[in-house]
Amino acid sequence: MAEIVTLAEAIAAAVHDGDTVAMEGFTHLIPHAAGHEVIRQHRRGLTLVRMTPDVIYDQMIGAGCARKLVFSWAGNPGVGSLHRFRDAVENSWPGRLELEEHSHAGMANRYQAGASGLPFGVLRGYRGTSLAAQTSGVAEIVCPFTGEVLTAVSALRPDVAVIHAQRADRNGNVQYWGITGVQKEAVLASKRSVVTVEEVVEVLEPRPGAVVLPAWVVSYVACVPGGAHPSYALGYSQRDNAFYLAWDQISRDRGTFAAWLDEHVYGQGARVGAAC
Amino acid sequence: MLSYTADEMMTVTAARALRDGMTCFVGIGRPSEAANLARATHAPNLVLIYESGTIGAKPDGLPLSIGDGILAETADAVVSVPEIFNYWLQSGRIDVGFLGAAQLDRHGNINTTVIGDDYAEPAVRLPGAGGAPEIAAACKEVIVVLRQSRRTFAERVDFVTSVGFGTGPDSRPELGLTGGGPRQVITDLGVLRPDPKSFELVLAGIYPGVSIAQVNDNTGWDLAISPDLAEIAPPSGDELTALRELLASVPAAAS
Repeated sequence: MAEIVTLAEAIAAAVHDGDTVAMEGFTHLIPHAAGHEVIRQHRRGLTLVRMTPDVIYDQMIGAGCARKLVFSWAGNPGVGSLHRFRDAVENSWPGRLELEEHSHAGMANRYQAGASGLPFGVLRGYRGTSLAAQTSGVAEIVCPFTGEVLTAVSALRPDVAVIHAQRADRNGNVQYWGITGVQKEAVLASKRSVVTVEEVVEVLEPRPGAVVLPAWVVSYVACVPGGAHPSYALGYSQRDNAFYLAWDQISRDRGTFAAWLDEHVYGQGARVGAAC
Repeated sequence: MLSYTADEMMTVTAARALRDGMTCFVGIGRPSEAANLARATHAPNLVLIYESGTIGAKPDGLPLSIGDGILAETADAVVSVPEIFNYWLQSGRIDVGFLGAAQLDRHGNINTTVIGDDYAEPAVRLPGAGGAPEIAAACKEVIVVLRQSRRTFAERVDFVTSVGFGTGPDSRPELGLTGGGPRQVITDLGVLRPDPKSFELVLAGIYPGVSIAQVNDNTGWDLAISPDLAEIAPPSGDELTALRELLASVPAAAS
């Protein structure tokens, strides 16, 4: 049953050195504040899993949290490269980063298999590409009914999933809507989960298209208004496109990146959500 | 005579390739510009589908990302990421997929992963696959949009991220790729289409003021020229106005 705690407590309890961590949110509802708390708590040796590593993992990779990245598209959407990610891959700075690379459809099916308690997912994909040769969790499989050759992808079973949602109730039931991405699958595939929310309410009013995660599949809920920034929470905030553009300059240089991290991550205490 | 840039000509040509009422799986960047231009001009009923799960999105300006709020707020339906790839793309329901590329070869195979021979020690690390491999595999047809140069039009791509026609006419059936593959490659110099027998890309259209020699100088292989090579009409005033209004609606991306 979900416990409602501070962000610092949630990360301390759920994310350990060496864990496999999936912080999901497909452009919308990216748990940036939780990522910053992982950096502040100096987690090391993490295997970071995410379809679109995006700015959140660029920051965590640059801060030295990651040993390995499992992903399908590592760019700054609409802007260009992730410079901290590239520096890690091309120059091993701040350390060597092992890659396990997939396509979006492959990652989505790997999460779905994990959520379903199956050892693999199946799709038409990867055949003829160079990806299959670089990635161990991809294999050909023959359909027992039609004989068609398909692709099996190994299930993802992270230690912990971290997501951001619009709201939770006092019992820890979680509700989110808009672009819902792959968060339900990530939470259900993982052993533990942390959900940051914009607000804690008495009653979850039904919303069209909303996903509800019952409290008994959630480990920790922390109230962190604005916790997705520079991503957004539909109905609460707008995507800060200017920050994504600015990140291109901040992250190009190791020095400006370190100064940004000092001021905006290490220099900030965890937001404990006193107002919630 | 209207003045316009080579990039504007490319985006206008890409928009013209879309017909009204089509369903179109759209990547961010130039594909999204072209698809939204088509919707703003000759194809108001074009169905835009973004990999964020937004089906039938009707943004009034250009989104910066595939997950901007305007896409969800204007969509006919918003579905999860596993659903968009499995139910909607893999099933073969989408008419046209629009892709960009860092490198492309004579059979329309695409690299968006690494530049350099060694995957583990790349000269340049690119973003990677995203949704492109399955878009390239499953859409009824694929349109690729990229600037043409010896660097981008390579004799051999360093990494096959998404399969075009593989090594020739037999590759797609052998690999079980259900979609039609790249039917048009639209560049800042002209338009290439696959030869119906060899499935090798040939120059089929050329922009006003561009010479065949210029196209050859910007191609890393011995490019075949279609006997029916046509000159493509320049952008109309309406097309240029609509494109410039769209581009003014999004913050300028860094390089």
